[in-house]
Amino acid sequence: MDVKKIHELFGKELKVINLGLASFAENLRKEKVHVLHMDWRPPAGGNKRLISLLDKLDQR
Amino acid sequence: MKKVLVRKNAYYDSVFLMLAAKAVKRLPGIQEAAVVMGTDVNLELLKGIGFFSGETALPKPNDLVIAIEGDPPEAVEEACRIAEETLKKKRERAGEDQEYQPVSLDGALKILPEANLVVISVPGPYAAREARRALKKGLHVMLFSDHVSVEDEVDLKERASEKGLLMMGPDCGTAIINGKPICFANVVRRGGIGLVAASGSGLQEVTCCIDRMEGGISQALGTGGRDLQDPRVRGRMMLLGIEALKHDPETRVIVVLSKPPAEESAAAVLSRLEETGKPCVVQFLGRKPLERRGAVWFSGNLEETAAMAVALSRGETPSPPFRSLSEEELSRTAETEAANMSRSQRYVRGLFAGGTLALETMFLFEQEGFKIRSNMAKGPGQALQSPHRSEGHTLLDLGDDVFTLGRPHPMIDPSLREERIAQEAADSETALLILDVVLGYGAHEDPCGSLAESIGKAKALVAARGGYLSVVASITGTEKDFQNRTEQKKKLESAGCLVMPSNTQAALLAVHIMKKAAQRWM
Repeated sequence: MDVKKIHELFGKELKVINLGLASFAENLRKEKVHVLHMDWRPPAGGNKRLISLLDKLDQR
Repeated sequence: MKKVLVRKNAYYDSVFLMLAAKAVKRLPGIQEAAVVMGTDVNLELLKGIGFFSGETALPKPNDLVIAIEGDPPEAVEEACRIAEETLKKKRERAGEDQEYQPVSLDGALKILPEANLVVISVPGPYAAREARRALKKGLHVMLFSDHVSVEDEVDLKERASEKGLLMMGPDCGTAIINGKPICFANVVRRGGIGLVAASGSGLQEVTCCIDRMEGGISQALGTGGRDLQDPRVRGRMMLLGIEALKHDPETRVIVVLSKPPAEESAAAVLSRLEETGKPCVVQFLGRKPLERRGAVWFSGNLEETAAMAVALSRGETPSPPFRSLSEEELSRTAETEAANMSRSQRYVRGLFAGGTLALETMFLFEQEGFKIRSNMAKGPGQALQSPHRSEGHTLLDLGDDVFTLGRPHPMIDPSLREERIAQEAADSETALLILDVVLGYGAHEDPCGSLAESIGKAKALVAARGGYLSVVASITGTEKDFQNRTEQKKKLESAGCLVMPSNTQAALLAVHIMKKAAQRWM
């Protein structure tokens, strides 16, 4: 098992991208963590058929 | 009167929505209030209570739906206005530290190219997709969302293992990376003890106990509860986490925690721990501790896990069993608590916010021969006919989906537990209430202040019947948590609650009290 990337994480300053609950980003900021909160919404307006099509395109 | 407001393409997260719903439900004249996104599940629920009957153009998952029922019509109008205003204010406050919020991961990486962790708490049906995209970009993932299939979990963890990335979760509520608490976590001192846990409240409890014993944490990794429990996941993230801590120079002692694990996964974890060459402490809940295997020690409960890890981190030899109160002290307190109970008071009722804390209490009671009924029960004869009504000795995990559908988790909002405290106090057979309180980020700002009031009322009600209600609690938290453990403890104690230093100690005291109560009428 290669754990080099995990050690890079342990050795560096934590920098977070947050998707979902905004309060998680607010709390990390209080702990002086550099965090970027995304304006996340269900993809393709939540249309499941369209999402699965997008995923197929993504894999190509 | 029923009124529905639909706001197209107005997405809000579930915490915002629940807070808005709660604000509206308390208004005079309001019978029913839902503030939700227009997902299929939510629309079904709304149809069940008489909204959207016979309408053709239904809202979409990206649309905000405010559905209110009440009287008079002015009250309903006012409630709609307040719901919208609450959401607007919350969003403004959340966005005040950040001017621009990117809508895609690519966009986010342009702004923060050195990002190394993605925290995902979007609704379950979309969560795996977002996690997959983050792993593809070479980012470590903490996946808080639940309702992710086990097939998706295996796929995500396989991808992560191949790339040597952390894939914590799904349903991973807590972690401490580089000293930073993530999602639901406590502020603890740094040190040489590294944890990998397939149990959220277990990880919080053990890290807080370590802090209280003046030990410190190097890293605390969550794996999600299924990592070891479900044989299909095969402990993939637990094994990777152990490997990472093995090579981490800051970690001198490794702690592994899990709810009852699958046999093969447990065996793989133990042999991996033996290979680390570091002292290790294992806590598999509900399993009798095994004999020490080389440098691998087995603890009997959560508090003992912390005590053993702290001893090992100081180069000392652990000497279990660990007890912060002697048998004699426990017995004396139990005697006093049981002295004024009435004859009908025969049962313990446990109301827990932390699943692992509930489970530990259940196992400790069962070890002492108590027959416990619970919504956590797996075996026949232990299940409750309804989780909403206690029977005999009952211990409940109030964070279970059966209680939290459409309501905030009891760690975020104490009202669910407060209602149940009143319900148990009204039952003349209730002798003792046992509770856990979890502090830290993510949790309610003043949980004990709110609970103390309910406990006070419950005790008064039982006293008026000529009995005595014993209330035992533990607080998972530290002095550095924003709620402050000492301040919170004072509030519970002022309501006559016995606050123990750990969940383990609270359970042991409760066992003693229940035994004394039973002896009195023999």
